[in-house]
Amino acid sequence: MLLQRFLIRLLTMAITLFGVAVVVFVVIRVAPGDPIAMMLPPGATDADIARLRALYGLDKTIVQQFFIWLAGVVRGDFGTSISLRQDVLGLVVNRLPATLELAIVALLMALAIGGTTAILGARERGTAVEAGIDIASGAALSIPDFLWGLVLILLFGVLVPVFDISGRVSPQLNLPFVTQFYLFESIVRLRFDLTKDLLAHMLMPAVALALPLAAIISQLLKQSLKEVLDLDYVVLARVKGFSETQVILREALKNAALPTLTLVGVQFTFLIGGTVIVERLFSYEGLGNMAIDAVINRDLPLIQGIVLVFALLFVLINLSVDMMYALLNPRLRHG
Amino acid sequence: MNALAKSCLDIRDLSAVLPNGLRVLRSVSLSVQPGEVRALVGESGAGKTMIGKAVLGVLPPSVRIVEGDMLLEGEDLGKLQPKARRTLIGARTALIPQDPLTALNPSRRIGPQMTDRLVRILGWSGEKADTRIRQLLDEVQIRDPERVLKCYPHELSGGMRQRVLIAAAFAAEPRLIVADEPTTALDVTVQKQILRLIAQLQREHGTAILFVTHDLGVVAKISQKVSVLYAGKVVEEAETAALFAAPQHPYTRALMAATPRYTDPLASLKPVDEAVLAGLAAEIAAADQAWRHPHG
Amino acid sequence: MDEARISRHGSRARLWLAGGWLLIALLAAIFAPLVAPQDPLAQDLMLERLPPFWLSGAEPGYWLGTDSLGRDLLSRLIFGARIAFIVAFAAALAACLVGSTLGLIAGYFGGFADRIISRIVDVWMAFPPVLFAILLVAVLGTGLSSVIIAIAVIDWTRFCRVIRAETMGQSRMDYVENARIAGYGRIGIMLREVLPNVVPSIVALLSLEMGIAVIVEAILSFVNLSISTDDPTWGGIIAEGRLSIHQAWWVLVFPLVTLILTVLSFSQFGEGLRARFDPVLR
Repeated sequence: MLLQRFLIRLLTMAITLFGVAVVVFVVIRVAPGDPIAMMLPPGATDADIARLRALYGLDKTIVQQFFIWLAGVVRGDFGTSISLRQDVLGLVVNRLPATLELAIVALLMALAIGGTTAILGARERGTAVEAGIDIASGAALSIPDFLWGLVLILLFGVLVPVFDISGRVSPQLNLPFVTQFYLFESIVRLRFDLTKDLLAHMLMPAVALALPLAAIISQLLKQSLKEVLDLDYVVLARVKGFSETQVILREALKNAALPTLTLVGVQFTFLIGGTVIVERLFSYEGLGNMAIDAVINRDLPLIQGIVLVFALLFVLINLSVDMMYALLNPRLRHG
Repeated sequence: MNALAKSCLDIRDLSAVLPNGLRVLRSVSLSVQPGEVRALVGESGAGKTMIGKAVLGVLPPSVRIVEGDMLLEGEDLGKLQPKARRTLIGARTALIPQDPLTALNPSRRIGPQMTDRLVRILGWSGEKADTRIRQLLDEVQIRDPERVLKCYPHELSGGMRQRVLIAAAFAAEPRLIVADEPTTALDVTVQKQILRLIAQLQREHGTAILFVTHDLGVVAKISQKVSVLYAGKVVEEAETAALFAAPQHPYTRALMAATPRYTDPLASLKPVDEAVLAGLAAEIAAADQAWRHPHG
Repeated sequence: MDEARISRHGSRARLWLAGGWLLIALLAAIFAPLVAPQDPLAQDLMLERLPPFWLSGAEPGYWLGTDSLGRDLLSRLIFGARIAFIVAFAAALAACLVGSTLGLIAGYFGGFADRIISRIVDVWMAFPPVLFAILLVAVLGTGLSSVIIAIAVIDWTRFCRVIRAETMGQSRMDYVENARIAGYGRIGIMLREVLPNVVPSIVALLSLEMGIAVIVEAILSFVNLSISTDDPTWGGIIAEGRLSIHQAWWVLVFPLVTLILTVLSFSQFGEGLRARFDPVLR
């Protein structure tokens, strides 16, 4: 049953990705600007333009172009960036780790903040503590990451300048890294000085991304914890002599987390979507920042590649959440 | 004084209210002697489950105890710090819950759910707890403990789950067990087996039980003493045999008249006599008045 | 009982506070030429980076100070409110119309229609929304209508998902069954029986979406892709403020506070309205 579920999800995933590819392609081909004309110096002849168009495959029909591009994508060839004149796949693979590290750090923060406040709120249910948590999470939820980023820049970049507000790492540092997963590699190499510098750069964008998600986790988890805490097996655990915190952690949390988990998956994709503007805000050299440059430069192959990578990331996240849900739910596992 | 100190459970003048001022318990007094089964009988809403929860310290947050004492083996629960109270209750009491379907955590295996009190609250070694649990599973006539301990709750039938819960309740040799309508949620055929099982384990272990039920048939089968509860008030208290032979209070008589005979399922539709209830309501309203205005 | 009353008080207070701020902002937007103390476009290099009124060096008439080109910040914020509200109303309505219609159809008719619409929603959900918006505006060309279209194209799914789920729930209710037995047509039942019950959700979402539209417009202005660069927009002022943050913090602070208040108000207003109109919650 688990395998069948997995295969069906894989199929719908492929259909979704195909849909994304079609939509991006159609949207981009509506673009009125001619990227080729922008690339050539003034005074280029029509023959030059035609040659370049043929080079990038722009002289064929749209349907032909689409399938040529798609065939390339399936082989791992995403084309060549027009503005950077490099292999799109290489560019994307080079930038993706920065974005992934940022997103994962933000996700961990959101889980930590959201989980702690949910447990605290559930333990202190009906008190002023819970009311305070409700107000805070309501505000954190209503204000989007872009605005949180600006607030943080003002607070910790200007008012109390303790963190760097631009870039991924201090430029004067000598980096020994062979991969682009700087944070991960700095930990593996035990270069904690670099880890510290990377985290200091990452902290504010990560908090900006994490706050709305933390609020959602807090609200959903607290609600389902409160529902679970009235159930008989929780009462029984209290009779056994466990304290309220023990009861929440041992008996209630796992069952309450299950319904929250599915929603966290979707929300995590929103968080990753948010990296686009937050990276821009903090001049963080990730995929999203590159994507905005690509749009401004009308770099069609690069835009296509980046959007497709984001879409792939999103469907993979949804797939893994779905699988995780099935694995964690004993009814589904044995059913 | 000496006789009281030996009581397993002593409840004196316990009153509790809801936030809107409604009294759910009205000066309830009752005691359970060591090794004795005290039935607490009444209709739903009479507050009988509330008493059980009060003893175990798991009243809903909205219910507030306003007066009275609860003594567990002579220790005044109200005078203990919350943590000490929790540990004491955890060590000396146990609960057999009403609905075995919801009383087991669906995401944990049976084994750890049965041993966690022994290991984490009473500080037994895992090995000792394991041996003890297997012994109890044998006593509740579970044939394949190996399999059951590894199961998730949804893989067991309702009757099996209630057996597991009964075994877990007796495992720590508590002095007092609160059995909260332990057979109500089960099939009629299983009900009898479970009841017989509880009675048998109670005899062998000599555990005192506060047995909450709405069913006078169950009361007759299992208890030595009985308290009849109406609207949060104990209206009659007696030896079980004496109560059935000569019920004193009109409400008890009305309740008996309304109790179905097992041969006649339609009898269960018969309500408690209206005139008796009206009389009781007036009596309780007067008592409430006196309670609110003690000098008026 | 007590708790319910307190939360009703709370929701009423939120509704009034949020509605009050939105009304002030809306009036300022409508009467911008009358209210604004200065010409929002007038540059005066003699007056660059004036601080707000309570600091030394402030000039009378420039209450919130000026930016690096000497333009009056308050006047730019007031005129920026015009664009913000036009985008909010138009984009949210368009997204609502498309999304709710498709959501009703998918939820009520189910089957093939539901499968197609849900598949399209899946595809849409696989796009990073901000990038999609930037891409659309880049393709359509900057301008007010491009921004509105881009937001509607991205965010109709928000309405579609919620309304689809609610419609599905409503369609299983007995009163729908009764209407069918009574012989009403499917579309008639959908519009007469189901739609009124999902209206509270639509209203709340609409208000929420207006706040989101304001943010998206600000983000687009921030990356210089919204309206023509001359017109004052909140996002444009923020972009300018981000650059001169160390010389003139007020150029970032005031539009940021304005945006946060507006977004909070839209979401709280929506929640308050839902609480008022939802027959179950009331």
